[in-house]
Amino acid sequence: MRNVDEQLHWLVRPATIRKLWIGFIAVLALVVLAEFVVPIKGYFSVDDWFGFGAVYGFASCLLMVLVAKALGVLLKRPDDYYSKADTLDEMAQSETGEHTDGA
Amino acid sequence: MALEMLSPALILLLAAVLIGLTRGHARTAVVLLAPLITLWAVWQVPDGVQGTVKFLSYQIEPVEGSPLRRLFATVFAIMVFVGGLYAYRLARWYELAAAFAYAAGAVGVCFAGDLITLFLYWELMALFSTVVVWCGGTAAARAAGIRYAIMHLLGGVVLKVGIEGVVVGTGSIQIQPMLAHDFSTWMILIGILINAAAPPVSAWLADAYPESSATGSVFLSAFTTKTAVLALILLFPGEPVLVGVGLFMVMYGIIYALLENDARRILAYSIVNQVGFMVCAVGIGTQMALNGAAAHAFAHIIYKALLFMSAGVVIYRTGKHKCSELGGLFRTMPLTTVCGIIGALAISSFPLTSGFTTKSMISQAAIDESLVVVYMLLTAASAGVFLHAGIKFPWFVFFQRDSGLRPKDAPWNMGLAMVLFAGLCILLGVYPELLYDLLPYPVEYVPYKAGKVLFYLQLLLFSGLAFFVLLPLMKRTQTISLDVDWLWRRAGMVLLRWVLRGLDALGAMFDRTRERARQFAGRMTARYLGQPHTADSQERAVFARSWATGTTALWIAVLLSIYVLLYYL
Repeated sequence: MRNVDEQLHWLVRPATIRKLWIGFIAVLALVVLAEFVVPIKGYFSVDDWFGFGAVYGFASCLLMVLVAKALGVLLKRPDDYYSKADTLDEMAQSETGEHTDGA
Repeated sequence: MALEMLSPALILLLAAVLIGLTRGHARTAVVLLAPLITLWAVWQVPDGVQGTVKFLSYQIEPVEGSPLRRLFATVFAIMVFVGGLYAYRLARWYELAAAFAYAAGAVGVCFAGDLITLFLYWELMALFSTVVVWCGGTAAARAAGIRYAIMHLLGGVVLKVGIEGVVVGTGSIQIQPMLAHDFSTWMILIGILINAAAPPVSAWLADAYPESSATGSVFLSAFTTKTAVLALILLFPGEPVLVGVGLFMVMYGIIYALLENDARRILAYSIVNQVGFMVCAVGIGTQMALNGAAAHAFAHIIYKALLFMSAGVVIYRTGKHKCSELGGLFRTMPLTTVCGIIGALAISSFPLTSGFTTKSMISQAAIDESLVVVYMLLTAASAGVFLHAGIKFPWFVFFQRDSGLRPKDAPWNMGLAMVLFAGLCILLGVYPELLYDLLPYPVEYVPYKAGKVLFYLQLLLFSGLAFFVLLPLMKRTQTISLDVDWLWRRAGMVLLRWVLRGLDALGAMFDRTRERARQFAGRMTARYLGQPHTADSQERAVFARSWATGTTALWIAVLLSIYVLLYYL
């Protein structure tokens, strides 16, 4: 186990990653708690409450990822989608699933 | 002709020609010196119109200076210099020449004093940027280049229609602020917005740029969309439509970049996203907003080129461009990784980078005008930028899993180009006054207030948390995402096939009918004239028989009688 760990680059060792997470969470807590010391002035009534930046940042990202995921179901295609069909017949075939006799 | 009427763009155009004529060190000297001479020339252009030339019945103003125009021309010249440094050892001479002519078009637009001059340089950009796309050299690049050219030539025609209309309507070819209130001004606005990659035709950008060469995309990322932003600031400041268009672009860029697997296509979508911020700012139209749009364009060109440079080095060294094939490159490419991360932080408007000192001006403009929804959406988008470009790009290219690739780091010239731009990203983040002093309107804005910095740190760091928490939802798939261009790349083609098939069916039906008519005529002939081969009069049909002479004489008499009768009636 120790040998495997040493073969890995120090940055990707599980121990380092655990430390990075701990550090990251500490920084997150710090920037929220710092609001006690440095007040953030909200510009409108909607954004004038404690921890707004943190909540808004997280929530809007969550929403965007979910919207992207939902749209992805509709919009994603294999990455050879446009390149594999060269002739009109092949395009129609891949769109409608019909089969034509190459003539 | 007086010397001050020569646009600084001509220096780059001349350099483009010289690149083709020279070899070796002489060519390198042209590539590196011409942009610096251009930069010098840009700063020699005084404010105001520098003389006019009469063309047909129009007063052409080839060069007009103003702080805004010089600002854009400055960043274009810097871009050509650093881009040239990045590209000169790798790019073929014709790609460099095309990129220089393309940049000449962009600088020309900056100083165009009238709509006709603007249009000429506009088309110059369209032509040579197409050549840059083609320099990608693959079949996909050729096809994408043709689609790109069609879109931009179409945009040019729309722009020209608008310009003609405005000239006929007002009698003036002056570049002056207008609003989209009639057909002609709408055409101008649409023509410019096509170059800004606005909806519904945003797809050309993410279609063409990632197909160009590792060096070509660095040039492409800089000029077309940002000249469109300049044209919008000059012609349509405060046009309300632009606020909505800009916000749509911002969100479109984020969503598509989140779905994307190709490293450079992620960056291409984030150009649309960033230009959306600028378009929205032009729509707000206050001095603060226009300052923000101009400053953001300046900063954006630098960090976006930096990001494309880091992606270009990866593609040059590994030959791979899909996130699903990359990863773990930080081990052997530390310089490229660090520069990529600096570019990614700058685009995310992290404090101490150029993105923070410029993009926050746009948010401030929304606050000043009490545009709550616009401000909230722009803020959400700032978080989204960190998500899709700030973390996603460096994470999937340089970190995530170990792809096993151990490429060498950037060659010295590419590395130097990246370091220069990474340095500028930080310089403008730490000393924003350097840029603020160049802006068209006086700046009283203070970017670094403790509360504001803390707010952005909360916003961005928690977006970062969202990224790592939601990582399972962002598994890379070998996919592309359909866009509006599906309508002509696929639906149109399928429709065309149906039309062709319909025409085939129609043709077949026509053939059958003709055949039937021929057979019918044959049968009638046989019935009344008889078979040609039968000599026997008894077998012949009625008109083909031999008749007695008396019968014929009788018929002639009858016919003559009828004729005489008719004559007297």
